[in-house]
Amino acid sequence: MRAADNQSTDSAPGGGFSGTAQVPVISISGLSKTYQGGFQALKSVDLEIRKGEIFALLGPNGAGKTTMISIVCGIVTPSTGKVIADGHDIQRDYRAARTKIGLVPQELHTDQFERVIDTVNFSRGLFGKPRNPAYVEKILRDLTLWEKRNNKIMELSGGMKRRVMIAKALSHEPDILFLDEPTAGVDVELRRDMWALVHQLRTSGVTIILTTHYIEEAEEMADRVGVINKGELILVEEKATLMKKLGRKTLTLNLAEPMTAIPDGLSDWKLTIKADGNELEYEFDANAERTGVPSLLRRTSDLGIAFKDLNTRQSSLEEIFVGLVSDRKGEK
Amino acid sequence: MGFNARGVWAIYKFELHRFRRTLLTGLLTPVITTSLYFIVFGSAIGSRMTEIGGVPYGAFIVPGLIMLSMFTESIFNASFGIYMPKWSGTIYELLSAPISAFETVLAYVGAAATKSMIVGLVILVTANFFVDLQILHPFWTAAFFVLIATTFCLFGFIIGIWAKSFEQLQVIPMLIIMPLTFLGGAFYSIDMLPAAWRTVTLFNPIVYLISGFRWSFYGKGDVSVEISMAATLGFFGLCLAVIWWIFRTGYRLKS
Repeated sequence: MRAADNQSTDSAPGGGFSGTAQVPVISISGLSKTYQGGFQALKSVDLEIRKGEIFALLGPNGAGKTTMISIVCGIVTPSTGKVIADGHDIQRDYRAARTKIGLVPQELHTDQFERVIDTVNFSRGLFGKPRNPAYVEKILRDLTLWEKRNNKIMELSGGMKRRVMIAKALSHEPDILFLDEPTAGVDVELRRDMWALVHQLRTSGVTIILTTHYIEEAEEMADRVGVINKGELILVEEKATLMKKLGRKTLTLNLAEPMTAIPDGLSDWKLTIKADGNELEYEFDANAERTGVPSLLRRTSDLGIAFKDLNTRQSSLEEIFVGLVSDRKGEK
Repeated sequence: MGFNARGVWAIYKFELHRFRRTLLTGLLTPVITTSLYFIVFGSAIGSRMTEIGGVPYGAFIVPGLIMLSMFTESIFNASFGIYMPKWSGTIYELLSAPISAFETVLAYVGAAATKSMIVGLVILVTANFFVDLQILHPFWTAAFFVLIATTFCLFGFIIGIWAKSFEQLQVIPMLIIMPLTFLGGAFYSIDMLPAAWRTVTLFNPIVYLISGFRWSFYGKGDVSVEISMAATLGFFGLCLAVIWWIFRTGYRLKS
């Protein structure tokens, strides 16, 4: 099944993503890519990115994330399929399409001998925009690069270089921004700064598509999530809906007395003993009609199993992602 | 956006900025090299070979010297200009920018040709200190000067795209262009060769370029100026065709 068939038409919940943002700003249809060696990186992918949203594309290494982004940005030629960016075909009307798009690639590709301000001005000019010192200054200040504007890129730290890459991508005021693993290898502070910047950009109307290995990042920022594996888009869903739909919850009982084995009376529940017998863990589907939680608590009471505390935890997007990918492996 | 003039200007400025960073070596090297050529060829050999076709030997070799430097400078500047973004990975920005193949070539080749023409002019001025120069056909001189610089920059651009390593960048200029230039009448007239070798030399395309350029100085060439110009234009057209094919297929630029 194509992932497009799975795309939810629900209004976006949370994240400040409004219902007016249902207009697709990028339409991908039947996109495939087979490299010269015969490796098929993308298999007939259909996807629509909505205007103004933050879309997170998740997938393991070699899943096809970067290939998809590279095709939309014009770096890789598709084998088949069509991409429309803000109403412009990326091949026939490439000038108009590319003017709308900014890209922060995964690798730190920079001109080491150039000054920060020169390389940002270069990017702006390359995209056909007239000089705008005030705008460039704003970007550099937003990215805390202003003080380093006269430094050569080779003098900057890895985190600062990453900021330069973002400044270059934003220099031509794109409506669509691709962030390919934007926080790979950066420290926590910079990661938080980048998240704040992404939210700020979204508020100003920029559509953001990010790929990441940090599920926490997608969980923190995305309105919708797409999961790609072995070139196939296996799922596209509102993040909140996805977590609600696929999310598992875990009930943990902190036992008063350690337990060595699950009593026969609790065999109806899928229980696991954790923390050297001090915890009893029960995983359940939060959306199921019967979660089994009340009956479990009653039964433990009947059996005289005392507990000091209990808590429940929603499974993370990472756990969902791992589950999805491993399910697909299982299917194969 | 019909023509991305700002994009072309941005690349052109960027490339010239790189030239400015190495201005001293970029200009001093051809001055020293030219001076050495005059000492070795002009004084040592020139003292035994006073004139060729009525032109003093020192003056005779000037067009060949300028061509020799312009061939190598053009190929080096243009090949390095496009190879560096490929090597450093910054080519992603070029490929994702709203800039056409024509504009890209115009910017890179324009910048490289500017650099090599500056070097050519520096050699011309330096040579003027050693010998009395005359330029009988300045229009033709300018035409050959610009056309040859541009053509070899196009050729360099092709090499820059083709090369997968710094070593490959050097292979064609060092192993093919340099020997062909030395054998192409840069320092002698091919009329001085035995008939059989003269015939062989006529298969060397460099002969036509140097001959035409020298004719524009002294009104004397190994082949007629029309043939020289036709050969130069032919090479120019061939390079354009190869570049057109490169961008059409994305050869070594796009996956």
